[in-house]
Amino acid sequence: MGKVELTPIEKPHIPIEAEVISPDIFAGKSLEEIGDLEVWRGNRKKKLKEVFKISGDAGKTPGETTIIVNGDASFIKRIGQGMTAGEILIKGNVGMHVGAEMRGGKIVVEGNADHWAGAGMKAGILHIKGNAGNYLGGNYRGDIGMSALQKGVYGTIIVEGNAGDEVGAWMADGKIIIKGNVGAFAGVHMSGGNIIVYGDAAERVGGEMKGGTIVIMGQLSELLPSFEYKGEVNEVSIDGEKMLGPFLTFVGDLAEDGKGTLYLLKEKNAHLI
Amino acid sequence: MNAYVLKGGHVYDPLNNIDGEKMDIYIAGGKIVEEPPKGAKVIDVSGKVVMPGGICIHSHIAGGKVNSGRMLRPEDHRRDNIPKKGQLRSGVGYTVPTTFVTGYRFAAMGYTTVFEPAVPPLKARHTHEEFQDTPILDHGGFVLTGNNWFVLNYVKNNEMDKLAAFIAWLLWATKCYAVKIVNPGGVESWGWGKNVNGLDDKVPYFDVTPREIVTALSYVNEKLGLPHTIHVHGNNLGQPGNYEITLETMEAVREIKASKGRRSVLHFTHIQFNAYAGTSWKDFASGAQEIANYVNKHDHVTIDIGQVIFGDATTMTADGPWEFALRQITRGNKWVNSDVELETGSGIVPYVFRRTVPVNAVQWAIGLELMLSVNDLYKVCLTTDHPNGGPFYFYPKIISWLVSRKARNEELEKVHKAAIEKTTLKDLDKEYNLYEVAIVTRAAQAKILGLKDRGHLGPGAKGDVAVYDIDPTKVNLSSSPELVEKAFSAAAYTFKDGEIVVKDGEVIATPQGSTIWVKVKKLEEMMPLIEEDLKEMWKHYTISLNNYPVQMEYLPKSEMVEV
Repeated sequence: MGKVELTPIEKPHIPIEAEVISPDIFAGKSLEEIGDLEVWRGNRKKKLKEVFKISGDAGKTPGETTIIVNGDASFIKRIGQGMTAGEILIKGNVGMHVGAEMRGGKIVVEGNADHWAGAGMKAGILHIKGNAGNYLGGNYRGDIGMSALQKGVYGTIIVEGNAGDEVGAWMADGKIIIKGNVGAFAGVHMSGGNIIVYGDAAERVGGEMKGGTIVIMGQLSELLPSFEYKGEVNEVSIDGEKMLGPFLTFVGDLAEDGKGTLYLLKEKNAHLI
Repeated sequence: MNAYVLKGGHVYDPLNNIDGEKMDIYIAGGKIVEEPPKGAKVIDVSGKVVMPGGICIHSHIAGGKVNSGRMLRPEDHRRDNIPKKGQLRSGVGYTVPTTFVTGYRFAAMGYTTVFEPAVPPLKARHTHEEFQDTPILDHGGFVLTGNNWFVLNYVKNNEMDKLAAFIAWLLWATKCYAVKIVNPGGVESWGWGKNVNGLDDKVPYFDVTPREIVTALSYVNEKLGLPHTIHVHGNNLGQPGNYEITLETMEAVREIKASKGRRSVLHFTHIQFNAYAGTSWKDFASGAQEIANYVNKHDHVTIDIGQVIFGDATTMTADGPWEFALRQITRGNKWVNSDVELETGSGIVPYVFRRTVPVNAVQWAIGLELMLSVNDLYKVCLTTDHPNGGPFYFYPKIISWLVSRKARNEELEKVHKAAIEKTTLKDLDKEYNLYEVAIVTRAAQAKILGLKDRGHLGPGAKGDVAVYDIDPTKVNLSSSPELVEKAFSAAAYTFKDGEIVVKDGEVIATPQGSTIWVKVKKLEEMMPLIEEDLKEMWKHYTISLNNYPVQMEYLPKSEMVEV
């Protein structure tokens, strides 16, 4: 197993596009080669070694490579974008697009993640211990959001804190678990997969959803009128994970002839029926 | 202006019967000249292939529909970014590239003239604006007529003189080069929620049939003596079994007399999409041999292919009802469908051609089948109906399939077995030589389009020349298709109007291309015939008649062809 440590040298004013920070790219490279990888800082190219102090050594394959980012990386974007295997540990905050389009492996963020974390993710695990921004597990314009790499192989995003607006937009498969609250439009345009929110949700959850499941254990401020009430269930089970209700069940979004399901904890959402 | 001597290349100039002869080409004053010009720069092109600049008869590169396609597909652009480089602009691909990238990529393949085959008259100004922003390439548009209310009315009342006057006026007003017909009658029917399925189905209200529309426009086209024939996208495009209506359409115009200088009266475009046998998607098969047979027996039709390329495509056509059907087939893919007032319609649906899908595999094979089965190559043009069958920058790939049976068979092994079972591709052993490649990519296109000063390298022709880095005396095309693809992807030199615009596959200059369009000499005499009708019908238009014609300001480099 190889381990590469990246310690930010300074905090620049301009964000850095660092999709090269990925086990797929580090694997099999010497420290020198890793240091010579190019990143964009605004419209200028920089070498990775000008941004980070680099130590350790990389494994032979992506699966055998762990990357540790020591310190605040909130100015560094696209870490782990498109990675297929291996691990990245970020010991602080991280910039936008972390783990976007991941196809395997694991990313752990100990601080907060900025917008677009895990956007278009297809497999792997993204674990954010702080808060996440907007478009968590969402989609890039024109594309679908989280989807499956193949049948039964999909990505999982876990957020310990809160997440912003449009969580899981255009999601087709996969799982997003948020321990805190979410903003507006969670699961907008969703066609499959699961979103579980343990905290509260702002308005317009599931707008234009066609399929998939959203579970809200906290309070939903306002429900779209295009969801139909289908009665109560006592428990919901997703991937073997049981959540005890009773839950109010809604199906929608009928504006799209949708067949998505909303489970809202009855105890907190009596105001909706 | 610079003068050049291209020294010692292997020249392929089919229109002048030059087949790989080692000879020098002289360029001066933007044109090919007979004698070595004084003070010319000598460029050694020995061991390389020299051809006239490539011509594409059918690529959707400019106009409202193309631009809507760009807006519809942000994901398409994200996967293909082209950064700014020196004097070149930044841009994006993939299936619907930006105007600048379109110009650069065509030029890098040695192409110098490209036609936009679907200009709704009302959107002609937009098309010309995008032409201006498409560097290097000479360009022209085909104006959509097959569902225009004027046309339908004149056909209904059998007023051929008025129809001729209207077509002449429309070509002038839109500054277009040829008459395009898309799903004749069908697009107007779509305005009523219907389509036409047979050549003798009636269009609601107008009570005319596709057969009448096509024959009338073909007749008028020849009467006016336009350089290109009518350019037809047939009825029932994309439907299983449609090869029959394709043949019927060709047969319908057989008796029409061609104007001076050519024998054809109809160009059937992207015929791959109209060459299907079978009765449903389940027994979908190739009708390519039936089509090729007909084309081999008759001289009044020409075709281009619309070859399918596996991967992403963006279908865009004036055929609104077909795009609706395709949207249903793709189970609700995002789409655009629009009506252009009294003139035409259009639709856009993204599509992916997959090797594993039987229908797609057969579609892929049909294009090649046709290219390999038509005997007289002056009747056939290489196209992908960009971006409908696939992006235009796959032409080199297609050329590699044409010159090498080995390359075709390698691809055949990768695709669904339907391509072997339902088509004759596996049995076709024809392999193109470079002379034949030059015909289907330049000479035939120039001849079919009626372009006199390009597509060949005779004295007086435009100084549009492509040089490819492949030595026909050393390379066996059939066994090294990858070298052919590489050479045609990145021209060693592309000359546009006698200046170097591409060197070693890199664009180094971006001159403005000219707009080729047709003016009928007798237009002024004919105008009184239709002036009243124009005023009367214009009550229904959203813009005034005075603001309708495209002004010459939109053609910074106009190349008018008078007939």
